[in-house]
Amino acid sequence: MATYSTNQFKNGLKIILDGDPCSITENNMVKPGKGQAFNKIKAKNLRTGRVLERTFKSTESVEAADVDEMNVEYLYSDGESWHFMEPTSFEQYAADEVAVGDAIKWIKGQEVCVMTLWDGAPLTITPPNFVELAVAQTDPGLKGDTAQGATKPATLETGTEVKVPLFVNEGDILKIDTRTGDYVSRA
Amino acid sequence: MPADSAITQAWQSNASRETLLKRALMMKQIRAFFDVRDVVEVETPLLSRYSTTDPHLDSLGTRFREQDCYLNTSPEYAMKRLLARWQQPIYQICKAFRDDELGPNHNPEFTMLEWYRPGYDMMQLIDEVAGLVRSVFGQSEVDPVFESVSYQQAFEDVTGFDPHQVTAVQCFKYSVDNRVEIPQGLTADDDVDDWLDWLLTQRVLPAFKTDGFTFLYDYPATQCALAKLGPGSGQVNVAKRFELFYGELELANGFHELTDADEQLSRFQQENAQRLRAGKEVSRIDENFIAALRSGLPDCSGVAMGLDRFLMVLTGATSIDQVLSFAWQRS
Repeated sequence: MATYSTNQFKNGLKIILDGDPCSITENNMVKPGKGQAFNKIKAKNLRTGRVLERTFKSTESVEAADVDEMNVEYLYSDGESWHFMEPTSFEQYAADEVAVGDAIKWIKGQEVCVMTLWDGAPLTITPPNFVELAVAQTDPGLKGDTAQGATKPATLETGTEVKVPLFVNEGDILKIDTRTGDYVSRA
Repeated sequence: MPADSAITQAWQSNASRETLLKRALMMKQIRAFFDVRDVVEVETPLLSRYSTTDPHLDSLGTRFREQDCYLNTSPEYAMKRLLARWQQPIYQICKAFRDDELGPNHNPEFTMLEWYRPGYDMMQLIDEVAGLVRSVFGQSEVDPVFESVSYQQAFEDVTGFDPHQVTAVQCFKYSVDNRVEIPQGLTADDDVDDWLDWLLTQRVLPAFKTDGFTFLYDYPATQCALAKLGPGSGQVNVAKRFELFYGELELANGFHELTDADEQLSRFQQENAQRLRAGKEVSRIDENFIAALRSGLPDCSGVAMGLDRFLMVLTGATSIDQVLSFAWQRS
């Protein structure tokens, strides 16, 4: 089992806390003068995204998390798993629903996503910041309604509903910001 | 946009021009303070063939002609050797280096002011430290406020227990009962001093006046380092050691100095044993320092003050980087 000592702590270091892989986001030394030092850290749980705060007696060891990140292309879903491929090795990975998470809402195939692997298995999938998706269904906008900022719901080809301006029609390709789920423009 | 909040590029200094000018002025004021008191400025080696035995400090090492040598963690041993020879008050402003110390209040290389006063006891030196702080603050409108509290009183006020009598198990129980976070790796089997250090940062220091100076004195005998032991307010002997804080920020550490060579040697050996238990390298004991004590160190008190942190207080900086020309990441 690989471990890190507190003097190796730095931002971005991947460690196991409460059985989950975490990434250190802040590491501060607490020392009252002469005497025992302590490390106060903040770490992001890579599975849940939650931020934890922990303190360690210095020189304490913590289990290292074997975490990798790579760019992968989304291939298809068989309903149970979502299949991705690393484009240089052609190696394929099957991510379950938990790992794919919200990415499901924005990917239809061929998008390049960032995959986090923990002990070789997909942990999270992050879709591209911007995707282009077609509108599958939306009601026609009312003629003459030019109210600034007025929106209506539209269902995208992935089945996700977003708010769009009134001028958007079925079949239009839209640019969407996946981080907020907001409509950006017509592509 | 104020200079301190401006985004600077990596080749530029961390501190603003204004802060660096304040640093220059602070140095001038400190030298003037000692000049009028006939305390002589000295210089001792930053690079030494000996390191420290302090179990909580690690020296940065390098090599000279295939011989291991170390950057000093403080100029204490060398200054005491001068003192044993001279028997007169001396001060030094120098760099000190400590491995693995980095954070909002720590930089691996920092500026230290250290001085020694033959004939002074701890309380006399505390008064002089306050005098120095006042003389540097004198140029500003704020009149610094000082409070003094013994280690025992400070703990009793906040936790209700006597730190000189408490055990690790009791500290553990106190922490559980009072919902004090317990660091991973700190257990009831640990040294009680590790617990006291932790509770000091979590409970005692946060109760200090936030915008004033506090002297904490008469430390537990087990945290004596290079201080003499003597009677405190209770029944047990305490270490004649003090620290100065501004709010929770530690600024200085002082001792009524231990002058007994045998006692010092035995403390060094105990510290080395502690290093061994902690899985650290054992340090070679500085024989020249022990020899100087044998020849006779005058009864004296001495103190080391972190000048970067003092400048943080003077400028209201929230991070040590803001008062350094080039902090570690830009060094």
